[in-house]
Amino acid sequence: MPSAPLLLSQAFNGLALGTLLALVSSGLTIILGTLGVLNFAHGALFMLGAYAMYVVATATGSYVLAVVVGVALERGLVRLFYARPHEDQILVTFGAGIVFTEIARAIFGGNALTVPTPSWGQGIVHLGFLFYPTYRLQLIGIIAALLIALYLVLYRTSIGLVVRAGIEDARMVGILGINVRRAFLAVFVIGVVTAGVSGMLYAPIISVEPDMGSNFLVQAFVVIVIGGLGSFPGAVVGGIVAGEIIALTSAFNAAYSDVMLYAVMALLLVLRPQGLFGSEGRV
Amino acid sequence: MTRRLGPELAMALVLIAAPFVLPHLGFSFDLLQRILDWGIIGLGFDLLFGATGLLSFGQAAFYGTGGFVSAYLLTAHIVGSVWLALAIGTVAAGVFGLLVGWLAVRRIGIYFTMITLAFGQMAFFLENSPLAGLTGGENGLPGVPVPSLAGHKLTAGEPLYWALAIIFLAGFVLARRILHSPFGTVLRAIKQNTARAGMTGQSVPAYKLAVFVIAALYAGLAGGLLGVLQSYMPPDAFMLDTSGQLVVQTVIGGVGTLIGPLVGATIWLWLRDNLQLIPHLGALWKLVLGLIFIALVVVLKRGIAGEVAFLVSRRRAHAAGEGVPEEGGEAAVMPVKAPALALHAPFAVTGPDVPALRAISLSKFYGGLHAVEGVSFDVRRGSIHAVIGPNGAGKSTLFKMLKDEIPPTAGQVELFGSRITGLGPTRTAQLGVGKSNQLNQLFLDMTAEENVRIAALARARGTFRTDLWRRANSLPEVELQVRAAIETVGLTHRAQVPAHVLPYGEKRRLEIGIALATGPNVLLLDEPLAGMSPAERVATRALVREIARTRTLVIVEHDMDAIFELAERITVLYEGRLLAEGTPEEIQRNQAVQDAYLGGMHEEGMQGEGVHA
Repeated sequence: MPSAPLLLSQAFNGLALGTLLALVSSGLTIILGTLGVLNFAHGALFMLGAYAMYVVATATGSYVLAVVVGVALERGLVRLFYARPHEDQILVTFGAGIVFTEIARAIFGGNALTVPTPSWGQGIVHLGFLFYPTYRLQLIGIIAALLIALYLVLYRTSIGLVVRAGIEDARMVGILGINVRRAFLAVFVIGVVTAGVSGMLYAPIISVEPDMGSNFLVQAFVVIVIGGLGSFPGAVVGGIVAGEIIALTSAFNAAYSDVMLYAVMALLLVLRPQGLFGSEGRV
Repeated sequence: MTRRLGPELAMALVLIAAPFVLPHLGFSFDLLQRILDWGIIGLGFDLLFGATGLLSFGQAAFYGTGGFVSAYLLTAHIVGSVWLALAIGTVAAGVFGLLVGWLAVRRIGIYFTMITLAFGQMAFFLENSPLAGLTGGENGLPGVPVPSLAGHKLTAGEPLYWALAIIFLAGFVLARRILHSPFGTVLRAIKQNTARAGMTGQSVPAYKLAVFVIAALYAGLAGGLLGVLQSYMPPDAFMLDTSGQLVVQTVIGGVGTLIGPLVGATIWLWLRDNLQLIPHLGALWKLVLGLIFIALVVVLKRGIAGEVAFLVSRRRAHAAGEGVPEEGGEAAVMPVKAPALALHAPFAVTGPDVPALRAISLSKFYGGLHAVEGVSFDVRRGSIHAVIGPNGAGKSTLFKMLKDEIPPTAGQVELFGSRITGLGPTRTAQLGVGKSNQLNQLFLDMTAEENVRIAALARARGTFRTDLWRRANSLPEVELQVRAAIETVGLTHRAQVPAHVLPYGEKRRLEIGIALATGPNVLLLDEPLAGMSPAERVATRALVREIARTRTLVIVEHDMDAIFELAERITVLYEGRLLAEGTPEEIQRNQAVQDAYLGGMHEEGMQGEGVHA
């Protein structure tokens, strides 16, 4: 049995990882829930975000990269696949993921790069019962703020309404004089930006390499299966649950941390296949 | 369908010629072996994805399982024979496939893909840490021995190539047999129209699970062979990249062609080996392949082998099409006397007064919407029973409950006195409830004959059977049934035409033909005349009367002339409730029915009459 301080600090690590997974997964689930597209390029976009952070840290880079990539991906490729079967959407976004990964490899090489912690995030905080890296603590706060902002955009603005109506019947919404395609584009870009921003935020914590996205992609899949496909609250809760599973299992036996995540997913699929917050039927 | 071994012979020739031709084009024996290894895992994957439409991103789990079980048994000297170790590894992968498949096939589309992917990752992490003591973790297992045959060691290079070529050929022959077996016909039906395959009485989950296990067995064998041909079992076998590469190779080569994965692997591995030799371009080989992959998904959906197969089949269809008469006037649609179907549903032995079908206070609520509420009626054995009502009266919802396609909120349905509610559409089909739908539910890329055969196979073989080696058209009873059903709906001259090519009226009749071929005792026809021309209506009315000579019919229809001519009893629904029931004469005289059909108009009419009087 691990000691109490170790468990506590692992619980904090779980929260940091969990909120990050929540942010990555919410982008994935928003695109899936509203556009019906499972974006296999999501992990690669996360990776691009991390590289953007690397560029920012080493020179004066640009945060708009994620937006540009998002627009190009939706306009150039994904848009053509809204009406095609899920399998085709998966294949094309999977292909886009390969291309992004290889472009990053061609530009930055295959070696792992490190991004320094920003000046405002250095040092350690003493929480009274635990010493904890400042940046990880700040990360939890930043991501929480981003998630709330995301929620407000999707559920408290007219664009969210248009998008949700557009899923039901895009032609009808079009006839009403509303530009559905622009709303779809907006959702896709929002989803892509969450992946990119997540990558940026996490870059100082892990090593940045071209293949880093695939592990996050799969974990994000697990999160949205746990939370329920297309459910924004499901992605948030599922992300934190997944982060805690990984971190707390590590406290006992690090070898099983990832295995445990998939075991929990398998169990949930048997007991509650629609996920924690999902409803049967859609997707 | 004659027994043609053309593809098998062609494949054998290619495999024999390859080591003499390809080395001149930059293929080493090592490369040829790895291509064949990918081809073997690809055969199973193409049965899963190409034939059945199940996109798995977790084949690496079975590839790795087969590989590491075989390699461990050999390197730990538990098993001496390489062949035996390969067999055990293959079976282990199949068992793991059974476990993962059992969870995965319950879900469809995106869910299925994600579950397979997640289990693939789980297997990877299991190999990497908890089981590292057995598998070598990140180092893998070195020192896997090569197999021996008749005392000779099959060393890497040419001898091992021939061994792999023979194994691949055997796997290819088996996969082709599976594809053209009754089992494979059902797999293709599931891809084309999963819901209808289930409605005809085929157990869709059982078939999906079976093909998932078959794909896992192929993957396990390929994994075991990977260790043998490299004398080393690498942990990469378990990686997501392996599953992804398999998907990409299959799409590039051609989905649903069986050789697609082999063709894709040839291109992928050749480009990798040769692009890497080009200065400045070496690192970009995967980027080039990624772009080719996207282009293929967007533009050439069939892949390389798929395009070739498509051109060949189109030319063949063109040649065959010239002899087929186009739908020619009314003569072509007049049905012949319905021949007896060879295969009947098992008839329940009950007293003669037990109704064939009985609805007992059936209700279906969608939230606050009461689509059907408390509807009861009996269908007498051997009669034609009609259900009518204005649009939105709940007829189609009621029909779906009669076959248990949707569960009623309350009430139940009895077939020959036994409850069938809760059994689901597959079981009810097996018990003898057939249904043709309001909107056609066909297997569009299969021929009219195959469409009907799927239903006939369900009647003959039950919900599930693994007859992998038999030809799909080799069951005499089934073929009698197919011919009878096709002849009854007047499509004999169109039997070999793909369903999507048929004009609407013929599609409509094929829809009825599928329902008929299940050999039902009770046949539900949901608007059989919808969208038909006047001539076709006359013919179909005759057809319905003909079918009714041997079985009980329940029919929903808007064509009142047809209903009053055909039906013995009529049930009238109005706003989800039972409005009236009786003989056609009683219904015609019924004041409530007249009010319902004429609606508000009638009231106004009455007032108008009053004024005039």
